[in-house]
Amino acid sequence: MLISAAFYILSAIAIISALMVVAAKNPVHSVLFLVLTFFTTAGLFVLIGAEYLAMLLVVVYVGAVMVLFLFVVMMLDIDFVELKQGFTRYLPLGAGVAITLFAMFILVSNTRIAVNIGAGDLASPTPSTDIANNAEAIGKILYTDYILFFQLAGLVLFVAMIGAIVLTLRHRDNVKRQNVTKQVGRPRAEGVELMDPKSGEGVAL
Amino acid sequence: MDITTLSNDLKHMIPELILALGAMSAVLAGAFMGAKSSKWISYFCVLLLLAAGYAAVRCAPLEPVEIFRSSLIIDNFGGFAKLIIALTSAAAVLLSIDYLTERKIDKPEYPVLAVLAVLGMYIMASAHDLIAIYMGVELQSLALYVLASYARDSAKSTEAGLKYFVLGALSSGILLYGASLIYGFTGSVNFTNIGNSALNNPSVGLTFGMVFVLSGLAFKMSVAPFHMWTPDVYEGSPTPSTAFFAAAPKMAAAILLARFCFDAFGDVPNLWKDIIAIMAVLSMFVGAIFALQQTNVKRLFAYSSIANMGYALVAIAAGREHGATALLLFVSIYAISSVGLFGVLLSMRDNEGKALEKLSDFSGLSKQRPMLALALTVLLFSIAGIPPLAGFFGKFEVFIAAVNGQVVPLALVLVIASVISAFYYLRIIKIVWFDEAKKSIAGGLATTRFSVAGTTLVLAALTPFIGLLYAAAKLGGNFIK
Repeated sequence: MLISAAFYILSAIAIISALMVVAAKNPVHSVLFLVLTFFTTAGLFVLIGAEYLAMLLVVVYVGAVMVLFLFVVMMLDIDFVELKQGFTRYLPLGAGVAITLFAMFILVSNTRIAVNIGAGDLASPTPSTDIANNAEAIGKILYTDYILFFQLAGLVLFVAMIGAIVLTLRHRDNVKRQNVTKQVGRPRAEGVELMDPKSGEGVAL
Repeated sequence: MDITTLSNDLKHMIPELILALGAMSAVLAGAFMGAKSSKWISYFCVLLLLAAGYAAVRCAPLEPVEIFRSSLIIDNFGGFAKLIIALTSAAAVLLSIDYLTERKIDKPEYPVLAVLAVLGMYIMASAHDLIAIYMGVELQSLALYVLASYARDSAKSTEAGLKYFVLGALSSGILLYGASLIYGFTGSVNFTNIGNSALNNPSVGLTFGMVFVLSGLAFKMSVAPFHMWTPDVYEGSPTPSTAFFAAAPKMAAAILLARFCFDAFGDVPNLWKDIIAIMAVLSMFVGAIFALQQTNVKRLFAYSSIANMGYALVAIAAGREHGATALLLFVSIYAISSVGLFGVLLSMRDNEGKALEKLSDFSGLSKQRPMLALALTVLLFSIAGIPPLAGFFGKFEVFIAAVNGQVVPLALVLVIASVISAFYYLRIIKIVWFDEAKKSIAGGLATTRFSVAGTTLVLAALTPFIGLLYAAAKLGGNFIK
């Protein structure tokens, strides 16, 4: 009873705030509504016993991704009024696509899962909580059975890193940088010059 | 998974290991040696690709082996595809060296990204579950987005990269959504289990997921109606990147689509046959008709690649008994010719080294650069499917497969589309040989020349050895059960 009440409250908030992400006029509000969506989705994850995923969602999406989003939205000077000008023009087409997709989703969700899924068919059945908790279960298969995909995900990140550096890094020649090793390793002869000025004369620099 | 199975599985992944370790050491070498090393790193990456291609053929076992808990399958089908992917990518990297140096955007990362993209394609070519599909596709696409916008100071190249990225991310999302539906309705990501489930417990949800995955893969293969990005990305990207896009990723996507249809849903061909057939007809006509009005050669080749992917879909629609061999033969010959064609396009420079990309710029090529004109003619005749050349045998095999696989209407459309597209291939040849010269054409630099001559010779020399290639494709085609 309590669980289903929590489910309905959380999903209602999730749907409403997801709607507000699109509908909000101020982009900063959109981002904040997205944060709310993620929080409620994390709550839904907790309800189905996936507390590790819930924490991951909060830490990664709310903590890192959304903060970056906020930065981008605040730093870019985008005229959102201008962006929304084509709204009414594209509305019929967009609504058509949305309704078609929605009808298809209803169709799919109405087909009962008549498939008998045996325990052996599940790629990774979650062990019961008294044997291993959620994080432990993921850790056990992530680094063993799914080691290949774990490594491939690493390579995908590697490509992303190379790509970001290649596309943005610029070496400027006229920028002066501090090189501590060079500074420390400078011999005395380079820095100090002993002069022997005659009295009444200056030193030619 | 214990250490014995791991080491046993890794034995079958030697080509992938070569690529991954090679790419990492090339990144390190590039970082330590600086931008001046980019030429040597390019040559190193060409060698890596050749080694990986050789290893892929050497490692292909007679009987298919499933490794890493059946998430990858190593067989002749994949081995053949990987060889062609490696060869065409090596040619594209060779093509890039002079182009990038001339424009002063040569950095050691270019060949490294190409190698990593090839690694993604290798995973795609031997994917046997949904996670492998997604990881392979993402690894490949992410590297390709960067290669598209590699000339970052050019507005067109940046636009091409952004367009490719946004649409590619959307299609990856669609693919992932379909994969999640399939997993939800079958309880497994493995192709064999999905196939059993589709045969014994069919459901609308499973079909729905399959359609989503097909759409995502069709985008990566750039077949109509998911082809919109192709002409813009081809035109805007640096030409060596376009040469790369037109060959190896197409091969990998076609192989992946074939594996998905034949492996996962092979027992229920009625589910996907119509979808593939419709996409095939649309691509053949879109490719053939829209190419007629192009004046930019890169855009023209983009539409030509859409049409050719349509022919490849005909082979898939013919079903796994008849289509697999035809698909391998056709796509590999197409990939080799298209790298050659882009090599010729890279050789089209005026005296200041500016690229000549207009169709009219080709006029009088035969008088100024007779050998280049000859190479272009051979390549175009081959891709148009004129009999003595290799391209004819590829198309012929697809035609026969369509007839044997009970999709005769598709075979007819293939012939009609071939005739239409022969028109614009022949028009280029007419412009090259019979029109008066307008601009002076300087010809390609050293490595470009080498690759163009190489691919042309390969194509011309394939004709007597087509039986050999056919036998190899036949061996690769018998890949299931």
